[in-house]
Amino acid sequence: MTLELEKIQLRVGADSHIYETDLSLEAGRFNILLGTTLAGKTSLMRLMAGLEKPTAGRVLFNGRDVTHVPVQQRSVAFVYQQFINYPNFTVYDNIASPLRVQGKSRAQIEAAVAPVAELLKLTPMLHRLPSELSGGQQQRTALARALVKRADLVLLDEPLANLDYKLREELREELPPLFADQGATVVYATSEPVEALLLGGYTAAMSQGRVVEFGETQTLYRNPGSVLSARVFSDPPINVMPLTRDAQGVVIAGERYPANGAFTALPFGDYHAGIRPHHLTLADAKGDSIAFTASVRVSEITGSESLVHARLHDHDWVSQNHGVHAVNPGDAVTLHMHTNRALVFDRQGRRIH
Amino acid sequence: MIQKTHNQKAWFLVLPVIVLVAFNAVIPLMTVVNYSVQETFGDNVFFWEGVKWFEQVLHSSRFHDALLRQLAFTGIILVIEIPLGVLIALQMPRKGPWVSVCLVLMALPLLIPWNVVGAMWNIFALPDIGLLGKTLNSLGIAYNFTRDPTAAWFTVVLMDVWHWTSLVVLLAYAGLSSIPDAYYQAAKIDGASRWAVFRYIQLPKMKRVLTIAVLLRFMDSFMIYTEPFVLTGGGPGNATTFLSIDLVKTALGQFDLGPAAAMSLIYFLIILLLSWLFYTVTMRNEGD
Repeated sequence: MTLELEKIQLRVGADSHIYETDLSLEAGRFNILLGTTLAGKTSLMRLMAGLEKPTAGRVLFNGRDVTHVPVQQRSVAFVYQQFINYPNFTVYDNIASPLRVQGKSRAQIEAAVAPVAELLKLTPMLHRLPSELSGGQQQRTALARALVKRADLVLLDEPLANLDYKLREELREELPPLFADQGATVVYATSEPVEALLLGGYTAAMSQGRVVEFGETQTLYRNPGSVLSARVFSDPPINVMPLTRDAQGVVIAGERYPANGAFTALPFGDYHAGIRPHHLTLADAKGDSIAFTASVRVSEITGSESLVHARLHDHDWVSQNHGVHAVNPGDAVTLHMHTNRALVFDRQGRRIH
Repeated sequence: MIQKTHNQKAWFLVLPVIVLVAFNAVIPLMTVVNYSVQETFGDNVFFWEGVKWFEQVLHSSRFHDALLRQLAFTGIILVIEIPLGVLIALQMPRKGPWVSVCLVLMALPLLIPWNVVGAMWNIFALPDIGLLGKTLNSLGIAYNFTRDPTAAWFTVVLMDVWHWTSLVVLLAYAGLSSIPDAYYQAAKIDGASRWAVFRYIQLPKMKRVLTIAVLLRFMDSFMIYTEPFVLTGGGPGNATTFLSIDLVKTALGQFDLGPAAAMSLIYFLIILLLSWLFYTVTMRNEGD
């Protein structure tokens, strides 16, 4: 089912939760809403579902205006960050509940629940109550309820956020094909850029109540159209520095360097340079680079990676490195900027190169 | 190896609690046990009687009648107050400025001393000058709680409902507020009716607080004394003589200290037993 949001807005009192937004999601695709907390992901999903009426604008399902159609008539399934199941229903009854509301026969319900339970590995615990399940099993039950409903639009609001790391990884792999096989349009909200990349599909980068950019996930990551969407889609945060290109080369964050890489062909003028942390390394870059020395403020080692936060004049840089690099706060380190990979934006934040 | 340190000063630290519990519970209870197996005519002269008082109380029709009245009263007020409390809690706003207004209004009756409630309702219900009594009588309904047992019961029940439904409301409201909004959204998406939301989400989620509410109301109403005492002193006749009123009549009216002590113990055991039974049965199917 194609879902279109047309100039949609949501205001509550004097606060704007969603500023005027257009978004069109094509049938059968896996879509991601990426943004920090309070970016408006949940509000936008509630608008899509019909749990919230837009202050202005229209919601279209397959071209049909459903703005004023109540949620229970819309063929929508919703899975939340909290594990929401009927507390005194068994797992079986929980999964069957949307079908019972639809008035399906006993045999139909049994035929529908069994394969879904099998798929989500819930078959051995069909007769238990939600309170007797682990968090992962509870969320599987909620997912099974959404799945069995065969809704046209499936909304998943950070469904894995409350699960532990291992389970999250496992379910994340299983999720996209589950709903894709049904031909449903899926919308998945997450605050983690890495999760968006792992899930693939299409991503809408959200910031402060706006969809900043929408596109294929990989493309959006590699070629963000603005500083804002580059910031949303970057973890650790992207380094954004003022840059001036003139006859002598470039001035980045107040320091003069020779122009190379992405900066070579720039017309003279003022810009912003975006350098992702893994394109700013302690090791020398293959190809064009700019090297400078900064003093270490914080160093974090995650096991396979070292994050170095360093300062030069008034600017903080984040560098992401493979392997363990033991540096201490106060040390002077040489950082190599991979200028071929740098993103260049104009001073308004629009992408130039 | 772990070296255990022994410090006898610890006894000093728990002493206040021991003293408090001793004077509050243990010593009074043992005194009652002491009285319940002996006969005394004052002057600290005691005669051993064994279980005679217990037998006497258990076989007395006066005790049976008081117990039946007590069970009937507690049953009636539970049947009224629990559903009414839940109903009111469901109607209360979930957010906004009216929440605190409602909560304060609900808490008001709970802040009024029991004998004041009794006195208030006594005056309110007087057939000749009370607003309630006068109104009922002028509507052609014969209402006089000092003469008519039904009117006396009606007044005592009404008084208790007015006084204590708020407690159920507050507990149920607390239970309702702890349900995440996502449950209601999920139910809405499923197209669940208002009744289904109540039956399958709100009620199960309120089960624990409602159990506490029933227990508190059961224990409190089983010990009701002040309200009927202020209203009619247990009358008319013995119509509102509940267990505690009967107990006080026996102990302080007739000075039958032995039977009164035996009766207190039986009374205490009934409350303990019923509370334990209720709690065990309702919590039997609780997982986690």
